[in-house]
Amino acid sequence: MTISGQFMNATASVVPMHWQVKAAHLVQKSLDLAGLGAKAPTFTETEIPDAADVPLEDIDLSNPFLWRQQKFDAYAARLRAEQPVHYVPDSPFGAFWSVTRHADIMYVDKHHDLFSAEPIITLGDQPRGLPVRTFIAMDPPEHDMHRRAVQGVVAPKNLKEMEALIRERTVEVLEGLPVGEPFDWVSHVSVELTARMLATLLDFPYERRLKLVEWSDVAAASPETTGGLAVRDDFFPAVAEVAKAFSELWREKEARIKAGEEPGFDLMSLMITDEDTKDLINQPMEFLGNLALLIVGGNDTTRNSMSGGVLAMHQWPEQLEKLKADRKLIPNAVSEIIRWQTPLAYMRRVAKEDVELGGVTIRKGDKVVMWYASGNRDTEKFEDADKLVVDRKDARNHVAFGYGIHRCMGNRLAELQLKILWEELLERFESFEVSEEPERVQSNFVRGYSRMMVTLTPVA
Amino acid sequence: MGQVTFVEHDDTEHEVGIEPGVSLMRHAVDNMVPGIDADCGGDASCGTCHVIVDKGWYDKTGSIGDDEELMLDMTPERADTSRLACQIEVTEELDGLQVTLPEFQM
Repeated sequence: MTISGQFMNATASVVPMHWQVKAAHLVQKSLDLAGLGAKAPTFTETEIPDAADVPLEDIDLSNPFLWRQQKFDAYAARLRAEQPVHYVPDSPFGAFWSVTRHADIMYVDKHHDLFSAEPIITLGDQPRGLPVRTFIAMDPPEHDMHRRAVQGVVAPKNLKEMEALIRERTVEVLEGLPVGEPFDWVSHVSVELTARMLATLLDFPYERRLKLVEWSDVAAASPETTGGLAVRDDFFPAVAEVAKAFSELWREKEARIKAGEEPGFDLMSLMITDEDTKDLINQPMEFLGNLALLIVGGNDTTRNSMSGGVLAMHQWPEQLEKLKADRKLIPNAVSEIIRWQTPLAYMRRVAKEDVELGGVTIRKGDKVVMWYASGNRDTEKFEDADKLVVDRKDARNHVAFGYGIHRCMGNRLAELQLKILWEELLERFESFEVSEEPERVQSNFVRGYSRMMVTLTPVA
Repeated sequence: MGQVTFVEHDDTEHEVGIEPGVSLMRHAVDNMVPGIDADCGGDASCGTCHVIVDKGWYDKTGSIGDDEELMLDMTPERADTSRLACQIEVTEELDGLQVTLPEFQM
């Protein structure tokens, strides 16, 4: 951890966390003014040429406009075919290797002994001055302890308890949708539903739930990490708000539990009552890191699969008909939607030693990016991989959740939310017409939609 | 030919003929036993073929590897005799083996 991170952890018991974040922002600002701060890269959108027209060595999957311009799949397909483990010496995020085939991705993901998840899992490093830490970017044994403490909240046993509540909140949203006229699916359904779920999981004040989405969007979209649009002067105040809101929530809950109140099964209560994490509040970098992970992890992912599923059904209406004819296919269709959408494009590792992979030598210390979005379109693994096929036999073998010790902790919650959404959608609507090309976000990490106009036809 | 038995969480039993040299996970998947997802295809890297081995049989199923241990450790429903079915190689010696499936896979 950097000096500033250690300092913040050391002073946590006397200085409120949000003041510390504000102080870090001021330090960063003065470094910038003095010309000492690292400059965040800026990205200007230009039209990307077709994949076939670019020399192989110039292909750079870190370009945050590839997804936005719908060119990522063609570029990734070329790498899989011609140079499946491919080196970029000089991207805006530094040098990195792209791993693009399903089998090679499985290999890297599984070998945490060869590939470290530290210090961060995005292509670029996190914004300076705020070295938050989270178990998705820790190696064993530290990782194991942190993950164990919080995974209970999304354990299937807990989810069973929550299924009725998730369904109730889903139905509320669907019942309020306009029919027969176009509306923005992203804000009305995908954002709203994930915000409700997150507020429930975190026991965050329900009426302030859209704040969670706002914070998540800022946290996941800094230009230096993912090529996104967030600016540093938005980032620090957002983190300060998160720090304030959640340390208050924590202290309040802690006091209630100490006074004898039965702890709930929300994340805050679980962390307060777990021996390994009960003092997390005094380690701001870990506290904020875990919150950021849970907020971002539960937000961009499910949200964009909720939009992507509708878009895919619109593109292949015969798949929607198949699903309507046999609703027992819904769980498999959910896995297939997650495969097809792959809401997070990749996870990054750093080689801990020299490793031979796909005919090349990755050197110790090199950045290695596992492009899940490419592995999930690998025709060596999935037949007709670009197409959504609701009854695809091996849909569950997708790599969107990752494999090994960093496998997505919320996978069952995501599947449950999407399953309920599709059950309730088919109950009410006959068709989902996407009336104009959706707007896609600027990022090399999140494969997201910012706007998608949909017209619903109710079941006759 | 010997048999192994999978018992679902609701006590439904599935008897499957032994195919020597093939993993216990494949025995379940190839015979449509519900409750085993096996998302990673047999790599001990998803934890979705978790089974709880009947006490008397546990020692005969071999030892737990490092990767398997890490994945089992993340499984909320881990019991004393938990294993990942993909890491158990079935032989005729396991004729009569009985394993129970957890209510949920991770």
